[in-house]
Amino acid sequence: MTDDLLAIADRVVAMAAPGEQVEAVVVRGTETEIRVHSGDVESLSSAQSQGVGVRVVRDGRQGFAYVGSLDADAIAQTLAEARDNVAFATFDEFAGLAEPDGVAPPVLDLHRDACATFAPDDKVALALELERAVFAADGRITGLESAEYADSLSEAAIATTAGVRSAGRETSCWLATYVMAAEGDDTQTGFGFSVGREPSELDPSTAARDAADRATRMLGATQPASGRFTVVLDPWVTAQLLAVLGHTLDGDSVQKGRSFLADRVGEHVASALLTLVDDPTDARAFTATDVDGEGLAARRNELIVDGVLRGFVHNAHSARRAGTASTGNAVRGFRSTPSVGCLALSLVGGTSDPAAMIAAVDDGVLVQDVAGLHSGVNPVSGDFSTGAEGLRIRNGALAEPVREFTIASTLQRMLRDVVAVGGDHTYLPMNATGVSLAVADVTVSGR
Amino acid sequence: MIDQSVLEEVLGVALRTGGEFAEVYAEDRRSSSAGLDDGRVEELTSGRDRGAGIRVVVGDTTGFAHTADLSESGLVAAATAAAAAARSGGGGTNVVALTRGVVERSYEIDIAPGDVPKARKVELLTRADEMARGVGDAITQVSASYGDTRKHILVANSDGVLVEDDIVRTFFAVSCVATGDTGMQTGRESIGHTVGFELFDMYDIDDLARRAAQRAITKLAARPAPSGQMPVVIGSGGGGVLFHEACGHGLEADLVAKGASVFRDRVGQRVASPGVTVVDDGTMAREWGHIAIDDEGNPAQRNVLIEDGILTDYMWDRLRARKEGRAPSGNGRRQSYQHLPMVRMTNTYLLAGTDDPDSIISSTPKGVYVKHLGGGQVNTATGDFVFGMTEAYMIEDGRITEPLREGNLIGNGPEVLQRIDALGDDFAMGPPGTCGKDGQGVPVGDGVPTLRVSSLTIGGTAA
Repeated sequence: MTDDLLAIADRVVAMAAPGEQVEAVVVRGTETEIRVHSGDVESLSSAQSQGVGVRVVRDGRQGFAYVGSLDADAIAQTLAEARDNVAFATFDEFAGLAEPDGVAPPVLDLHRDACATFAPDDKVALALELERAVFAADGRITGLESAEYADSLSEAAIATTAGVRSAGRETSCWLATYVMAAEGDDTQTGFGFSVGREPSELDPSTAARDAADRATRMLGATQPASGRFTVVLDPWVTAQLLAVLGHTLDGDSVQKGRSFLADRVGEHVASALLTLVDDPTDARAFTATDVDGEGLAARRNELIVDGVLRGFVHNAHSARRAGTASTGNAVRGFRSTPSVGCLALSLVGGTSDPAAMIAAVDDGVLVQDVAGLHSGVNPVSGDFSTGAEGLRIRNGALAEPVREFTIASTLQRMLRDVVAVGGDHTYLPMNATGVSLAVADVTVSGR
Repeated sequence: MIDQSVLEEVLGVALRTGGEFAEVYAEDRRSSSAGLDDGRVEELTSGRDRGAGIRVVVGDTTGFAHTADLSESGLVAAATAAAAAARSGGGGTNVVALTRGVVERSYEIDIAPGDVPKARKVELLTRADEMARGVGDAITQVSASYGDTRKHILVANSDGVLVEDDIVRTFFAVSCVATGDTGMQTGRESIGHTVGFELFDMYDIDDLARRAAQRAITKLAARPAPSGQMPVVIGSGGGGVLFHEACGHGLEADLVAKGASVFRDRVGQRVASPGVTVVDDGTMAREWGHIAIDDEGNPAQRNVLIEDGILTDYMWDRLRARKEGRAPSGNGRRQSYQHLPMVRMTNTYLLAGTDDPDSIISSTPKGVYVKHLGGGQVNTATGDFVFGMTEAYMIEDGRITEPLREGNLIGNGPEVLQRIDALGDDFAMGPPGTCGKDGQGVPVGDGVPTLRVSSLTIGGTAA
């Protein structure tokens, strides 16, 4: 069924004028989102969206336009707009589309008919089951901000005058809930989710239990005293840290002088315990993909090995500029030109048991959630400061809950201060996989 | 955009399965943007999105479907899908008669961005690059972006409402990297208003670019921010996000109704220091969060949320207001036709007090002066919130001294509101913001006078 999208992309490419490079990206998505509350459906949204993005490159200049429609006339106008926009870009000797590189895309089982054909009533039933499981998990659960089932079927095709031609589709579905627990005047919150390619992979009871545990164990939390501690990051928190770190590893940031890791390839930049890969070919990752945003094969790239920086990720443009080859890391939707980004980061090689990691800490904090990563972390300077909540660790055991504090360091130091890497790989709805991570010498700011 | 007779038919179809309320929200959005980075205009982008979202409400259930096909058959198909999603046992024939409403706009744009030559937009970018680099050799990288959108919206619903509006917004931002022996630091400035290309008559781009560059250079000399609690003075205009997070989200009626707000059941009670008056005002002409009508067709309003420290009201959308049997407050907004509306802020601000801003600083023996805040985040159920400081200084012996590196501050909304112990007479609106909630982003404005919070937790690394 994705063939019709490739046919549209082909038609756009066929309209290329002599001397002109043209790239067309065509996408279509079907999404369902069901929210339940008090045993009833609160909202049910079902929708189809589509769009085309057209990039034109001529004589070292690039123009772009998009339209949220597959209508032939609208697409023709979009090509004309993109062409008209070319004249206003500055000449760039590295401008141009991705050239086919002969690397075969991995074969990943990302599309499941079982997701595409899952009946609406069954979706509602799953969401209601999640809500029931939340209240059954703990008597202190007093309310739900949300309980939802959502799925998406997305299809994408890309064709270019350079000879790239690719089409694919994938499904995903998830359950997510955000709950409130109360005791006396104290209210605390927790979230839980379950993600999969098809509904049979979803587990409402685990999502409900996670949310209830996260909320109830925070009951009675107070602000901790300030100090320097070893913190153990929950896999969810580690994944968010990796996503920020990814910005220092993209070839575009490196070449434009926005990464503190530029010029450090071959050097020890992190604890020898750290090996970081970007691996969108791991089908278990939520963001796994067979091709990147320019239609080149996705691949496994080693970025840091045993603490030594190995290299950066690139799209066609940043690679050309760096004098290397694309690593298959073009990131884009149909509304933008390809940027460079990590697709599925993962800390590999860690074997520590999370319980043992906590047992090894005399005086520290288990951080179960952070807030304000967008406002207090600067990947250019490396300054790191986020709001946090979690549990104190005393003499190797989890102790009282703490909230309304920040954890702060710099990304440069945190990479070196890693003292243990967990083997508890947790696949999350984002571009990084979580593991428990112990980091020494982090400033906790509270009372 | 769509014939009245077609809208009436579509609403009738939407109500066919027994719906109590149906609505068509249609949108035609054109945008243009241009980005400069590393000394080059990378590309100019033109975009168009057009479609309609249809919702049907039955009891407590909302069904929603959207389509990019604005033809009669496309709309009927979406209405059928929305009605099926919200199905009830009922059914029957529904006749909807629409009356076209008058939308009162408080501002008409001067210069439609679509009429401005593309070359003129690109010139702004290269000018900003040149000005920022001219501030000093320490400036090692500059990026700049220009964006404009023209959005035509139409709302028709089964209460007979039919309104249309045209919304034009124009935006510009400059980001700089400065490099020194302490590493790299960044500085950013942005402007955005619900106006056309006259934005560039309201502001001097040269000045904007220089300020962004200067902020990055200043921070090269910054020392690590302190950790622990101390008084915090927030600069005029730069810190409205504090109220957006400390109380704004917690006063959204949808969160209140679910018990997910620390401000539930607090109307009529003291929630802030005397003198603190917080307003959400969609009618503020030209501001980034300005709307003539909300995305449910209700006129924008000026709503006083907290008056002299007493909680007066929450913000409402149609769904929540209908349940409570009251009028909506003009706060039903959505990111696009592909999204359901919900309760959102517009321009949220704290009214000026009477204190002299300089004396607020001089009467603070030791503390932090935050001239410019970044974004923030709040947990409305607990009230805990964070916000980032992108330009901040130490206050020592009543004087502003050394610059501080970036970090977050953390506090609890209800506690922080009660700890405001000084309010300046120098109110100003801040830079444009995008507020995120449930994955939807909408443009919002904020503003504050200089003010002091007697104690906040600073998320730095220094003792």
